[in-house]
Amino acid sequence: MKIGFSTADEAFRGEVAHWLAEHLKGEFAPLRFRGGPGDEHSFPEERKAWERELAAGGWIGLGLAKEHGGRGLSICQQVIFHEEYARAGGPGRMGHIGEGLVGPTLAAFGTPAQQQRLLPGILEGREFWCQGYSEPGAGSDLANVQTRARLDDSGNHWLISGQKVWTSLAHEADWCFVLARTEPGSQGHHGLSFLLVPMAQTQIRVHPIQQLTGTSEFNEVFFDQAVTHTDNLIGKPGDGWKIAMALLGFERGVSTLGQQMQFQNELDEIIRIARVNGAARDPLLRQRIAQAWSGLKVLRYNSLRMLSGPQDGSLKREAMIYKLAWSTWHSDLGKLAMDVLGDEAEVLDAAPYQLSRLQSLFLFTRSDTIYGGSNEIQRNIIAERALGMPREPRVV
Amino acid sequence: MEFAFTEEHLMIRDSAERFLASASDSLAVRASMSRADGYDPEVWQRIGLELCWPALMVPERFGGMGLGFVELAILLEQSGRFLLGSPLFATACLATPALLLGDNPVVQERWLSAIAAGETTATLAFASGKGWDAQSVQTIAQPAAGGFVLDGVYTQVVDGTQADLLVVAARNPGSEGASGISLFALDADTAGITRTALPTLDQTRRLARVELHNVVVSDAQLLCGPDQGWAVLHDSLQIAAAGLAAEQAGGAQQALDLTLAYIAERRQFSRTIASFQAIKHRCADMMLQVECARSAVYYAACVVQEHLDPDGDVAVASELTMATATAKIHASEAFFHCAAESIQLHGGVGFTWEYDPHLYFKRARASEQLLGTPALHRERLAAHLFGEDA
Repeated sequence: MKIGFSTADEAFRGEVAHWLAEHLKGEFAPLRFRGGPGDEHSFPEERKAWERELAAGGWIGLGLAKEHGGRGLSICQQVIFHEEYARAGGPGRMGHIGEGLVGPTLAAFGTPAQQQRLLPGILEGREFWCQGYSEPGAGSDLANVQTRARLDDSGNHWLISGQKVWTSLAHEADWCFVLARTEPGSQGHHGLSFLLVPMAQTQIRVHPIQQLTGTSEFNEVFFDQAVTHTDNLIGKPGDGWKIAMALLGFERGVSTLGQQMQFQNELDEIIRIARVNGAARDPLLRQRIAQAWSGLKVLRYNSLRMLSGPQDGSLKREAMIYKLAWSTWHSDLGKLAMDVLGDEAEVLDAAPYQLSRLQSLFLFTRSDTIYGGSNEIQRNIIAERALGMPREPRVV
Repeated sequence: MEFAFTEEHLMIRDSAERFLASASDSLAVRASMSRADGYDPEVWQRIGLELCWPALMVPERFGGMGLGFVELAILLEQSGRFLLGSPLFATACLATPALLLGDNPVVQERWLSAIAAGETTATLAFASGKGWDAQSVQTIAQPAAGGFVLDGVYTQVVDGTQADLLVVAARNPGSEGASGISLFALDADTAGITRTALPTLDQTRRLARVELHNVVVSDAQLLCGPDQGWAVLHDSLQIAAAGLAAEQAGGAQQALDLTLAYIAERRQFSRTIASFQAIKHRCADMMLQVECARSAVYYAACVVQEHLDPDGDVAVASELTMATATAKIHASEAFFHCAAESIQLHGGVGFTWEYDPHLYFKRARASEQLLGTPALHRERLAAHLFGEDA
């Protein structure tokens, strides 16, 4: 057990920082610190251009094996990249669903032909992805997916009908990965398949959802006989649940460190304001700010544990607590931001409803404890899978 | 960067766990609680002479094993888990770091060799009243021919009556705050030292009042002088806090494990109470806190290891105060939370003397207080974050 970075790692850090300083300027300067959670609607075209800039610099697919066109970097160097990216104010990634979720899924479950056809679009920053999991009746109970897919008469295409919801970036995406029921009459996690569906077709309608922030990052997506070629089925029919769950495991990767650097930027802003407006002299706020600071350190240490040791794909104890830990910490930070601002928090930047960064943080963090598995679901997972407690009774 | 246990670490952990599961089971803990000195001398002899735990962190040139603080933290996590009554914490975590950081090779040679040999117990005494800062050092070191005369009272010294060696802090007459503090190594039998055991709320750790009346010490007993005294004491206390946090993480884990075992057996409404979601979610929250405490403890242990190593990574070592404070905050809160939940989830029997949760609950409260409460450490973090400590 040893912490600290080697000389080679520090040199790599310098290389990343230098590249970002050289490229995150000029036309890309307005993107600094923009486009993160709560701000994903901002600068979509410019952020797509930024993805191509990153790709040209060789900064997409850092963890992906070289045989798949990635760079196969060590965990340590991936950590460094994400830290430096957030430190430099790198914009929220339009390509994170493709790079972080689809890439590893294709590498693990795709055929060589699928890998050769689809990975380049991700690695070159050309094609963007969204996730078609949740439905109105399948939230926490994801296995209750009702979207269905059937083969057309030629047997060459799947026809997909149903509704997905809470789909981030659907209006910007070229592709959606869809969890759909391909076995008529099946129930629960049986009979589901994992389909990749091109978004550019009239049989798909995207409808933005106005959130309590007043902005729209999430969408409803309606599929009405939407078409995808049978080449776009990952795995076999019926493998959908297994693949969908494996994909969620990829979410808890090195990018968590980058997320924490964004959190650090937010906390630094709160500390700066507290020094200016006198909140730093309030004994209770001092305690809460210090608790937030140490809590963020603990999130980082959790991630370092999660990323060290054997990377055999198994979900370790540290990984199982991760979502509950960060979402709780972050929503507390949102409230702390308001309490540090005091009455200043009550006035908007502009009418009709233009939020400041910290107001947006306060409101948007209410979603952190809900999306990607609510805190209640997380507690069930921890209790059942980490602590071996009895499973929730299920009505058959 | 490899923030995971090595094979050797796992072996140390597993052998400590095996030893303590029998040598410090519930009956043994209760037997130690009822003894005046708070520990079983036979168990301590095995720890000192066969397992060599006190020698772990002592450099090889003093007859020690020359391992690091990470290995010690692994042991402390287990000793905390099993509520081991022993002079291990005071000797290895309070006195040994101060001796290692001091600058008198004669004192170091004599006492570190004795500790490594497994027969000498030691502790650290510094505060004359409330607080864990420099101002709490109120014992006076009056310069005299060839040495000093020490006068003062240390109000709560961990294992103060049992220790053979007292590392004590005292200040020059008229000095204030961080300046003028020296550290001395005193044989506990030195004339003028009175030690009184205090009855403690947590019976698994002993505290004593130690009084010094005209205690004559020679220059040869000076571990480090007033130019370095507070720096060494400060760092020693931070290191001890990291060690205590390791104990607390172990205690929190055991409070959770005891609870899980009980609720898996206890049936109400024709089902185990572990099957109720209200209980599952509380257990999940306990595990969340335990794992967060562990992460903070292991990180702090790595930082301490670099700090104590003369060739250690300077950038990592510089995180000492912040990393150890973070560990003490999170381990204190995790332990108290888990111990309190353990009583609640045991229901009525959790309120009895017979069942163990109260032992953890009392230990959690005492450990939270020892070496500074979470609120104190948060205040120190805040002072640093707002640039007030520069």
